[in-house]
Amino acid sequence: MDLIFSQLLDGLSIGAVLLLAATGLAIVFGLMGVINLAHGEFMMIGAYVTFVVQNIFRPLGGFAFESYYIIALIASFLVTAIFGVVLEKTLIRRLYGRPLETLLATWGISLILIQFVRSVSLAMVIGIAVTALLGWALQKFLPLPLKQASFASYLKGVLWTVAGIVGLIVISTTASIGRFFSNPWFGPRNLDVTPPKWLQGTWGSIAGIELPGIRIFIIILSALLIAAVVWFLTKSVWGVRIRAVTQNREMSNCLGIPTDSVDSITFGIGSGLAGVAGCAITLLGSVGPNLGGSYIVSCFMVIVLGGVGNLLGTIIASMMLGIIQSIIGSGSLLIAFPDMPNSLRSVVEFFATTSMSYVLVFIFIIAFLQFKPTGMFPQKGRSVEA
Amino acid sequence: MTSSIPKRLLAGFAATAVGVTMTACGGGDSAGGGDFDGSIKVGILHSLSGTMAISETTLKEVEEMAIKEINDSGGVTIDDKSYKITYVSEDGASDWPTFAEKSQKLIDADKVAVVFGGWTSASRKAMLPVYEAKDHFLFYPIQYEGQECSKNIFYTGAVPNQQAEPAVDWLFDNFAEKYGKKVYLVGSDYVYPRTANTIIKEQVKSLGGVTVGEDYIPLGNTEVAPIIAKIKKEFPDGGIIINTLNGDSNVALFKQFKAAGITPEKYPIMSFSIAEEEIRQIGPEFVGGTYAAWNYFMSLGTPASNTFNEAFIEMYGDDRVTNDPMESAYNMVYLWKAAVEKAGTYEDLDAVRDAMIGIKMDAPQGPIEMYPNHHISQTVRIGEAKDDGQFEILWDSKTPVAPITWNQYVPETKGYACDWTLDRPDAGKYKM
Repeated sequence: MDLIFSQLLDGLSIGAVLLLAATGLAIVFGLMGVINLAHGEFMMIGAYVTFVVQNIFRPLGGFAFESYYIIALIASFLVTAIFGVVLEKTLIRRLYGRPLETLLATWGISLILIQFVRSVSLAMVIGIAVTALLGWALQKFLPLPLKQASFASYLKGVLWTVAGIVGLIVISTTASIGRFFSNPWFGPRNLDVTPPKWLQGTWGSIAGIELPGIRIFIIILSALLIAAVVWFLTKSVWGVRIRAVTQNREMSNCLGIPTDSVDSITFGIGSGLAGVAGCAITLLGSVGPNLGGSYIVSCFMVIVLGGVGNLLGTIIASMMLGIIQSIIGSGSLLIAFPDMPNSLRSVVEFFATTSMSYVLVFIFIIAFLQFKPTGMFPQKGRSVEA
Repeated sequence: MTSSIPKRLLAGFAATAVGVTMTACGGGDSAGGGDFDGSIKVGILHSLSGTMAISETTLKEVEEMAIKEINDSGGVTIDDKSYKITYVSEDGASDWPTFAEKSQKLIDADKVAVVFGGWTSASRKAMLPVYEAKDHFLFYPIQYEGQECSKNIFYTGAVPNQQAEPAVDWLFDNFAEKYGKKVYLVGSDYVYPRTANTIIKEQVKSLGGVTVGEDYIPLGNTEVAPIIAKIKKEFPDGGIIINTLNGDSNVALFKQFKAAGITPEKYPIMSFSIAEEEIRQIGPEFVGGTYAAWNYFMSLGTPASNTFNEAFIEMYGDDRVTNDPMESAYNMVYLWKAAVEKAGTYEDLDAVRDAMIGIKMDAPQGPIEMYPNHHISQTVRIGEAKDDGQFEILWDSKTPVAPITWNQYVPETKGYACDWTLDRPDAGKYKM
């Protein structure tokens, strides 16, 4: 009994991490049909926001430092949500209905974001600001005849290139001033985020099984977040609009729903949730530029298994994967059934490592999708095919 | 509107291509100059991009530092003529076939006298056939799993009998009384941890102990809950854990260990891939109190090590730390210089390789010597991670330990040895 309970708890906590990471993607991929390969990098941004908030609060010490984590959760949601909205308005919007292009574009964005956090410095920020301002100004104050000329699109490209080159020059000149400008803020190395005291260690025990504070916290956090998302989608005005647009974009547009804003908000919320997931992951793992890559595959796995665009499916799928991983990977089947035949025993032992339990999870998903190709709860709307 | 998108894309590609060529042309050094009679070109081949870049760029930096030191003090002296060392640096890009390709380029196009390079065992295994086919010359600076002995490679990192084996002995000496001779092995899922753990298991068996568990995590994975469950099942009241994880998984392991109550007081943990830089990245509050085995620690405190640390900090900034792989990389440049001066040539590679054997040097870690099996003798040290991000050295082997390439605990290689001074076709692996 103890064993089953502790394995279930472990499984729930692995599942809760998966769920946290996948919820944002379920909204973006499920409701909008956008395959966002940069989702993992939004999580990374959330983790870096947590790092920054921690460093702001560290000198304050005492109670202020103990409570930094709550503020980091909110801040990482807001910052990544703004990031998401900007990305949607500048890029994703132009690619709706073209899944392959979206896939490539978001993959490109993920690479840019990874390199950005590696090398961002004051000089670089100044350079990017100069490029953006100059590029914008050049377009804005272009004489009207040139704007209407047949070669206008080429001209625009040339102007942006000029702005880009000026930006590069600004970066290299400011970087040569001194270390203050050229020192990277984060660098390529992993960063150290310390959970506040109340999250470290264990929170008592039930029936002799210790409850690690971080694990319990993540389970509670993901439950609260799911509740909030469900409330938002079913009860709030914008949530209803989002669901309407998902089901029938043209009709919603005719009825006066601002579909453009709905898209931005949906993408923003999806990204914001990724940020929260990133903030939660700082409790468990490392904070570095490559953080996103290790979660993105699991996220898609959960969504495909659960059925695209269905929150209930996402929840069940992530919990199922978590529990399979924990029960197989920890080899507790061997203890639960001590008198199984030797041949079977060696098979179970073979799969009772972390590496092999992943293999088993993949086999399980492939087998499952043979019978239910659209996942547990297939979407009835048209957004996925559109 | 639609037609303009391909054009923009093209423009974008053009811009990226320009950027790529601009960055690719950097690096290198111009030959000649000063009061030198000539110059010798060497190759440096480490990953400057990709996942391994974080670790491998530090090796490039320390090799550049050694080359600069040698040039500043008069260069390499052959027959009363002084030669300046110039270098060509190539990027292995954390991609193993690229290491082989770039090696070929350094040998054929740049005509270098020697190559310093590599970090992962996978990159070394990719480069080995190139150096053997061209009968050229590679220095490899990292502690590794052993079980290899190439005529064309010199290894300046530790083999298991200079790191893992003394560490296991030390663990049993100190903790066997309290926890019994039982160990749990955790490692990343690739060649080094698997080979190292095979050796450790054989050693534990021959010491009369038991390996109660062995688990591998895919590189970069951060979920260790099942491992924690297994450790708690095997060791409810504490026990010895040996950790050969690499990279990000270490952070996850130590953070989640602490949350689950697996603390260094009850569970002595010995790591083979955690050095000063890793303490900084994981956070001393999580690794503090765990043990590591290396040949060099920044906190060593001998005059030679202080000189090395100060030189590095002066060149690269006072927020930097040195560690064991960097010390090995630094040593190999000096070992090569000594061999070239002893042989009186840098072009006759056979002569340089012959001269290399028996070269002694006062390294930052203490005296080292190149053995006939192309590995060096090393002093073994065990340190405990402290809150200031440094190690407190608890034990050392007093004298340098001779390298054993073919492991004597593993049945397949027991009784075999390597000696390149012998004139026999199987000098790389012969039965003793």
